[in-house]
Amino acid sequence: MTNVAPLIEAPAEVESSRRGFLFQTLRRRPAAVIGATILVLVGLTAVLAPWIAPYGLHTQVGRVFGHPSWRHPLGLDDGGIDMVTLLMWGVRVSLVVGFAATFVSMAIGGAIGVVAGYFGGVVDTILMRITDYFLVVPDVPLMIVVAAIWGPSLFHIIIVIGILLWTSTARVIRAQVKSVRERVYVKRARALGAGHTRIVLRHVLPQVAPLLIANTVLTIAVAIFDETALSFLGLGDPSTTSLGQVIEHAFERTAISSGAWWAIVPPGALVALIILACSLVGGSLEDALNPRLRVAHLSARTFRLRPLVGRGTDAL
Amino acid sequence: MSAPLLRVEDLHVWFDLAEGGELHAVQGVGLSLEPGERLGLVGESGCGKTTTALAIMGLLPPSASVSGRVLIDGTDILSGGEAAMRPHRWVDVAIVFQGAMNALNPVRTIGEQIVESLELHNRARGTAARSRTAELLEAVGIPAGRAARYPHELSGGMRQRAAIAMALSCDPRVLIADEPTTALDVMVQAQILELLDALCRDFGLALVLVTHDLPVVAQLCDRCAVMYAGEIVERGPLDLLYHSPGHPYSRMLFAASPDLAGLDEPVLSIPGAPPRLDRPIDGCPFRPRCDSAFAACVERPSLQEVAEDHAAACHLNDRVPA
Amino acid sequence: MSAEPTVLEVDDLVVHYPIHRGIVGTVTRQPRRMVHAVEGVSLSLQGGEMLALVGESGCGKTTTAQAVLRLVDPVSGSIRFGGRDLVPLGSRELRPLRRRIQVVYQDPYESLDPRFRVRAVVEEPLLIHGLGGSKSERSAHVEEALRRVELSPPELYLDRFPHELSGGQRQRVAIAAALVLEPEVLVADEPVSMLDVSVRAGVLNVLDGLRRDGLAILMITHDLSTAARFAQRIAVMYLGRIVEEGPAAAVVRNPQHPYTKALLSVVPRRDPRDRHRPQILQGETPDAVAIPSGCRFHPRCPVAIDRCAVEDPSLAQPASAGDGHRAACLLLPAGR
Repeated sequence: MTNVAPLIEAPAEVESSRRGFLFQTLRRRPAAVIGATILVLVGLTAVLAPWIAPYGLHTQVGRVFGHPSWRHPLGLDDGGIDMVTLLMWGVRVSLVVGFAATFVSMAIGGAIGVVAGYFGGVVDTILMRITDYFLVVPDVPLMIVVAAIWGPSLFHIIIVIGILLWTSTARVIRAQVKSVRERVYVKRARALGAGHTRIVLRHVLPQVAPLLIANTVLTIAVAIFDETALSFLGLGDPSTTSLGQVIEHAFERTAISSGAWWAIVPPGALVALIILACSLVGGSLEDALNPRLRVAHLSARTFRLRPLVGRGTDAL
Repeated sequence: MSAPLLRVEDLHVWFDLAEGGELHAVQGVGLSLEPGERLGLVGESGCGKTTTALAIMGLLPPSASVSGRVLIDGTDILSGGEAAMRPHRWVDVAIVFQGAMNALNPVRTIGEQIVESLELHNRARGTAARSRTAELLEAVGIPAGRAARYPHELSGGMRQRAAIAMALSCDPRVLIADEPTTALDVMVQAQILELLDALCRDFGLALVLVTHDLPVVAQLCDRCAVMYAGEIVERGPLDLLYHSPGHPYSRMLFAASPDLAGLDEPVLSIPGAPPRLDRPIDGCPFRPRCDSAFAACVERPSLQEVAEDHAAACHLNDRVPA
Repeated sequence: MSAEPTVLEVDDLVVHYPIHRGIVGTVTRQPRRMVHAVEGVSLSLQGGEMLALVGESGCGKTTTAQAVLRLVDPVSGSIRFGGRDLVPLGSRELRPLRRRIQVVYQDPYESLDPRFRVRAVVEEPLLIHGLGGSKSERSAHVEEALRRVELSPPELYLDRFPHELSGGQRQRVAIAAALVLEPEVLVADEPVSMLDVSVRAGVLNVLDGLRRDGLAILMITHDLSTAARFAQRIAVMYLGRIVEEGPAAAVVRNPQHPYTKALLSVVPRRDPRDRHRPQILQGETPDAVAIPSGCRFHPRCPVAIDRCAVEDPSLAQPASAGDGHRAACLLLPAGR
């Protein structure tokens, strides 16, 4: 063997393709940047609500359904409370529910997806039949029934939404795990004598984690929507103020017949905006992760021509 | 002297890189091919051999830019862009790719696909196209009855034969075969090589065999061009390339393939790896891996005749008076 | 060589895979069909020896290797290693033995976890088996393994990701990860077929060096010239059986079985003057679901006689071959 000289040819500056994946995705996709910006702003508002809300959450600052004005840009609600303040606090609750419910569904969906995909066979069949069952159950009616039985509480809402939203996550993760499991390096780890826990934690989970994140972002949108729907139907926790609750209150207290559009439209629009932002970010992440969606499109464009270089190499 | 069938002059190809900058994949390649001639285009992965083949076919992606000339019967078809290429593609020059599965449409039968190719180029229609398809399939060793099969119903070797039949549909004069046997078993590889050999003999087809496998070229081709780092470093008749190589890379590449005839000879690898093509190359690109590099190698050598019809790009040849 | 003890002995190994019948098949109770991947393979491997298992795809060579690694369950037969038969052992009992039989896969681009640095790849086997002592001792083991595969100085490679290495370097890392456990047997499944020609010899020479140091290597390959150059013994497989087996030079220079002869004739020679008409077998390796009667090679055999369709030959030493060289063909007059 004559290979004494160092054989490094790959340069150190090749950036690791995986690190900074999130950042790169954001950079290349304007939709993702817009979505992320909205989410960050909404998130900051929610966190800082107690400090930046212009008025108290329970303070009557004017007359019932007061019109928008300089002091109250979005007017007042049925209790004469400033709408901007309500939205800030409402976003806070909606996001908490959205994140917590998503966390529950990710934990369930991720675990079921990994176990089903990794072990396959009977385990897979049973878990996927259960998943199918949950998948075909109509979400909202079931949530209404369960929320009605358990009684209105934020915790119940989180659990109810969480245990109904995990199905698509489980399916997506299972498919990905099935493909990772067949990768040679997983087989190698098995041949080495590695246990299942080790293989799943060290080789499989990190590989599906980005997908799980993309899925999480998409699920947050659904969870927030579901919470709003439940609250609007009067099944929300009456002791808290979520965006759905704000809409429901306004609706109940005849905001529409009073012509107080500002009590209903802004919270609705805000919910829509958050869902849109989540979809933009989650969709972009998913696109970037799924090579099948990334296939170059056929284009009419072809290669470009350059003038002759003229470094005289004759044809033979 | 009449113009050769296919001639490539000073071909350069650059690819835009996603992270900025460009990769100079082909750096001034020149080739020529006479009717019925079999030329091997050999090199390691990333040496630009497939890019050269795609450039001749005008099949490069939008991220590529090209300069140089590709002449068919003395007429440049490259400078006219896609419009000038199209009448020649498949009609004068056809290509067979490595993975036949990817080149065939999985949801259509191989017969339909060949008929489509005939109709697209106005070669034949209807019944005539179907009987021509049967002929083509027979010519590549597929029983005509299998025209109704889908690609996945055929074995790898049969799929590659179907891809060759499709490439032959417009009676091209040049067939470019890009690693046609790489994914196949040795016995099937031998079958496909025998088929290519027969096609050249019986139909006077000129063949460009793009491969990393020097022994395959040694068995099938008349002449050979060895590519390294985007340029041709040696070309000439195979006999000369093997018995009196003009470039150390050719010699070392032959020595790196174990051979049944020389079991006691050591098999040596070439240390290191080819240079990156996204930055300028100083001096001879092979210098860092060469076992005979000397002072002159800091200058990039150009392809010089070392004997009749035998050229190499190596400074070692400068010292030998011609 | 014969002084070396036999480390691995496979006897009459049989591996079948069921073919998925699908719902319709299950409901209509179609008979469960089997792929007869390996049908009675026997081989032995000594320390300091490389045995090349050669054949076309689908001949069962990879399945044989998988069975030796106990990644598939044999139907019958025995695999004797370390004084025990591996076949009846469960995964718990196998665990300590797995350390001693290691594997290198074909595709170095796939067999290394893309998120692991070289250090982590080579260290992982030690962690799995709880070996190697303290962190610094493990580190020393890792560096030593890298040196043995000629990736030196190791510091240059330790903190790199697989995608920063060339194919040949990755394959060396994969070998180092196998070596770090100090195995007695290394199964190398087509270790160079995905690599560029120019670096293949480097990886093969590394394996050759390890063999000289006493490692027993079972190399799976389809390339007879590589097998002939680097292996001490060659076993040629066809449809789940070994049809010829013997010292590498003898098998290559004095092939007995018609299949071996055909395989050898299609290996391209690198000398353009050395052109000959290859003896090409028509068709492809038949399906291992429906194995032909009699000699399983007879439908493609250029010299088959009527008897071959009825009688199944077994491995024996023909009169025309030397010691330790056996072939399974009815047409070969038996030796002693």
